[in-house]
Amino acid sequence: MEARFRALALLGAVAFLAAVPLGARLLDTPFYLTLFGRIMIWALAALSLNLILGFGGMVSFGHAAYLGVGVYTVGILSYHGVHSGFVQWPAAILTSALVALVIGAISLRTSGVYFIMITLAFAQMLYFLGVSLKTYGGDDGMTLPVQSQFGGLLDLGDATTFYYLVLGLLLALHYVIHRLVHSRFGLVIRGARSNERRMRAVGFPTFRYRLVAFVVAGSICGLAGVLLVNFVKYVSPAFMHWTRSGEILVMVILGGMGSVVGPALGAFAFLLLEEVLSSYTEHWALILGPVIVLLVLWGKRGLAGLLAPRDGT
Amino acid sequence: MAEPLLEAAGLSKRFGGVVATDRVSLAVQAGEIHAVIGPNGAGKTTLVAQLAGELASDAGRIRFAGEDVTTLPVHARAARGIARSFQITSIFRDLTALDNVALAIQARAGSSFRFWRDARRDQTLRDPALGVLSEVGLAERGHVRAANLAHGEQRQLELAMALATRPRLLLLDEPTAGMGPEESARMVALLRGLRGFHALLLVEHDMDAVFALADRITVLVYGRVIATGTPDEIVANPEVRQAYLGESETDGVAANAGG
Repeated sequence: MEARFRALALLGAVAFLAAVPLGARLLDTPFYLTLFGRIMIWALAALSLNLILGFGGMVSFGHAAYLGVGVYTVGILSYHGVHSGFVQWPAAILTSALVALVIGAISLRTSGVYFIMITLAFAQMLYFLGVSLKTYGGDDGMTLPVQSQFGGLLDLGDATTFYYLVLGLLLALHYVIHRLVHSRFGLVIRGARSNERRMRAVGFPTFRYRLVAFVVAGSICGLAGVLLVNFVKYVSPAFMHWTRSGEILVMVILGGMGSVVGPALGAFAFLLLEEVLSSYTEHWALILGPVIVLLVLWGKRGLAGLLAPRDGT
Repeated sequence: MAEPLLEAAGLSKRFGGVVATDRVSLAVQAGEIHAVIGPNGAGKTTLVAQLAGELASDAGRIRFAGEDVTTLPVHARAARGIARSFQITSIFRDLTALDNVALAIQARAGSSFRFWRDARRDQTLRDPALGVLSEVGLAERGHVRAANLAHGEQRQLELAMALATRPRLLLLDEPTAGMGPEESARMVALLRGLRGFHALLLVEHDMDAVFALADRITVLVYGRVIATGTPDEIVANPEVRQAYLGESETDGVAANAGG
């Protein structure tokens, strides 16, 4: 019964998202295409954070770093005349993976509050690295010279095409994460969240499993960065600022950790609330804050928890 | 005589100025039940942690199945066949009992870098897990979340997880801790059934359990081994009675030393 309700709700949400371009055209409000496209990109970032936060118990406070790596890899390649998406995208994802590997290999030797602080510190280092890159606009950032080119296969300049690409990737990666967290690998990182000592005692070298999860999450977030820079056509260190990491964290917690679809729900709730509230007052954060507090207190497992009160997965 | 399965030689561990274990040597033969007893603070739990690999020793060597494992981390020792239970129950509270055991089975079922197939529908994990659950008498409780099991059942579950790794040596740190007499008796019967299949190193306060199970006993006082021998030898050992069993009557040892 509940599972059926949940499946219907999800189907409805996907149908709604698929209909947005049509609706935007009928109502002649391209703004909605931009709004939902942007939200879906942040949802992708939140989805990736949740793999390590919700399922792996790793509270990374520096997840925007990988977003930034994706943004800058595409931006820098484009600046130097490499516009092919077939080069840019794999390069960006690989670089994000590499950065995550280094940050993870060091951070995962700590735990608790130290882990939070060290991931935050790494992200801030990358932020200031971005600020110091005068060639690429430094503090101000720079306009992305050209969107990624796919040789006529895919035109990101067409808003509807781009929108469906983002939607497709978001859905596909939800499925990938769903498979991942139910696989043997997924059970290992979930076991390590629940009781790491016991995991080691039965013979799991937990560190390397966590590190791989960390790298997977970083790579997916790098992809979100690739989409983001093409979407806003702008490169800026602001994408790596710690407040961005905090926002992704809030989306995950708001939507529900430990649920695959939770972070996407959180991203939609957070950014839509921001959108609506900021149209009334510039002090929208003053209202958004308490709303989040209430939502988190009300349903401890986030919005996803409200949808499915008893989730066995 | 064949080489012992586990052989510790001169194990020491200091915490600041406190000597927790002091040149401890002991040997566990394959298939035997070896109890380690001693008053509170004798260093029993420290010793188990050293043997399992959770604590690095300041001095001494550990050989297991003919291999020096002194510097190996916990998971590597577990992979070689050393399993353990903890004094304070250590299970995956948010998973079902069956999931708990299946995860332990998975630990010995090759690499877990498998990202796609649903592990909960993997009969090569579920079937053996169910088998181990029934071995410890929890066959009917597989679907229950571990947190919702009774205390005694949780201890049984922890034993099941240790057994699921197909260990050659089980390090059991007070398996009957916090149990009532009935639960305790069930656990003792369970452990007795393991004799011959696995070697057991048992840290235990319940002297009834110790004398009901142990083939050999090592007595630890202030981190040092003061005696090793059969239960009869231990009961007869004047040093043990002096240091550990106090002034109790010889034939009352088992009953009186329990506190």
